[in-house]
Amino acid sequence: MLKFLFGRLAIMVPTLLLVTVIVFLLQNLLPGDPVIAMAGENRDPAVIAHLRAKYHLDEPLPVQYGIWLGGVLQGDFGQSLHIERPVLELALEKLPVTLQLAGMAMVIALVIGITAGTLAAVKHNTWIDYAVRIAGLCGLSTPNFWLGILLILLFSVELGWLPASGYVSPTEDLWANLKAMIMPAFVLGNAVAAILMRHTRSAVLQEMREDYVRTAIAKGLPRRKVIVRHVLYNALVPIITLAALEFGLLLSGAILTEQVFTIPGFGKLIVDAVFNRDYAVVQGVVLCTATIYMVLNLAADLAYFMVNPRMRR
Amino acid sequence: MTSMAGPGPLARRQMLRRAFANRELVIGGTIVLLFVLVACLAPLLAPYDPLQANFLTIRKAPSWSHPLGTDEVGRDVLSRVIYGARTSLLAGVVSVSIAVAIGVLFGLAAGYVGGIFDLLAMRLIDAMLAIPSLVLAIALAAFLGPNLTNAMIAIGITATPAFVRVTRAQVMAVKIETYVEGAISVGDTHLQLLTRHILPNAINPIIVQATLAISTAIIAEASLSFLGLGQQPPAPSWGSMLNAARGFLSQAPWMAIWPGAAIFIVVISFNLLGDGLRDLLDPRETFSERS
Repeated sequence: MLKFLFGRLAIMVPTLLLVTVIVFLLQNLLPGDPVIAMAGENRDPAVIAHLRAKYHLDEPLPVQYGIWLGGVLQGDFGQSLHIERPVLELALEKLPVTLQLAGMAMVIALVIGITAGTLAAVKHNTWIDYAVRIAGLCGLSTPNFWLGILLILLFSVELGWLPASGYVSPTEDLWANLKAMIMPAFVLGNAVAAILMRHTRSAVLQEMREDYVRTAIAKGLPRRKVIVRHVLYNALVPIITLAALEFGLLLSGAILTEQVFTIPGFGKLIVDAVFNRDYAVVQGVVLCTATIYMVLNLAADLAYFMVNPRMRR
Repeated sequence: MTSMAGPGPLARRQMLRRAFANRELVIGGTIVLLFVLVACLAPLLAPYDPLQANFLTIRKAPSWSHPLGTDEVGRDVLSRVIYGARTSLLAGVVSVSIAVAIGVLFGLAAGYVGGIFDLLAMRLIDAMLAIPSLVLAIALAAFLGPNLTNAMIAIGITATPAFVRVTRAQVMAVKIETYVEGAISVGDTHLQLLTRHILPNAINPIIVQATLAISTAIIAEASLSFLGLGQQPPAPSWGSMLNAARGFLSQAPWMAIWPGAAIFIVVISFNLLGDGLRDLLDPRETFSERS
């Protein structure tokens, strides 16, 4: 186990370092000189020189990267120019909102994806199977911001059952929080549910062709018991690890969902930062998202390692 | 698989028959073709100028004169949806072309050369894949500046890793085939090996990946335009039309319904086309997926 963990970490650390290089280089894509923009209208050469020295912009690029990375490793992601607060502080404040949204979306995706996928496999080549497959294709093809708008039209504008936007902290009012988050969570989980459904269907179908299933049925075990106890247990191992990987997709999709439902999470933070030209925040959020995604990848690999005896050999 | 010579007339006829028997391919391909025609013939098909505001027809419900209604400044929604097809298809094709051009080149080099180059290229690809694609596309579009060209570049760059991986895997499988060894023994140069033997035999999964990537790219462009980082108003784009519609959901729901429906239909068509092509060109993949 430790050998496996260290092996994965040995790959993860250099990859993460490369991610920091990409994120750092993003800043250099900026057209124009940021110092001239900061110096204001007068563009006093002394002020420009002072700003260059202050932000180490007079140093060579590798040195600038080293200084920036040193700060990042100590938790200093820079300062938001617009909100005038440390980027890390902002990220930590917004992250729980996005994690709640992504967590609820994942629960919805798992419930819908596994149930529908199993049903489609068990009822292979019937109208249920076809309906589930079509629903899966539609789920994959629906832009989540459009689905969000349609659901707002139905549940908020027409029926008035759920709030169209806004966020209430769960510590403040749990019921209001759930009412505000259920629609965005469904919208966000929709595509992942479709992916999980497709994989569950094909994994269950594959398992159902195995000899042990035929033996269990021949021995007189009820079909339902064989499916729930044996087939699903074996089919779901890769599905659960896939779900962990898809969590990254949810973090990405949350940007649009938060924008549609005006939820003050990570996604809204990066979009606002983009429009306020708050590049330190953009860099910080990209780096945080990538780190979370890689840690989730590692967790998925470890989970797979633990539940799959063949991996341990 | 054959080297150099393409499939014979009989094989071609059989493939064509299989293509026409494949429902997904036919339905997806037909709808995609329709959208391409709509995009090409937009000036002929659109009943109004998509940019022409008319303050006498602000937020008019669908009627005979405006079948899909009008928007917040009185522009015809149908005309804007028709012209929006140009933006979406252009963004899909251009960004995937960027991804294919860079991805196939790097994938070929990584798979063929191997060694330290392969190791470094794959670590870079891993790093790019570690950043969720929309986050990377937003960051790139933000740093490059918000417009359609930059959005297409950003989407193209984020779609590249998938093509590097697919190409590399194919090249590694093909380069050990006997006909490649044969070509080496008769003195073919590296360039000849790559262009005459390896790439032609590795191309099918790349075509399938490209078709599926177009649908992802169309959604990505719509997402960036929705966030205000892609096509800039007043130029018509389905994503920016949806963004504008958010403010008028209760007064003018048609503003939101039709551009979204257009994205949904074109994306599902490309997905069907991609699935159909996979059935046709890469049956091994299909077997495990569909059962």
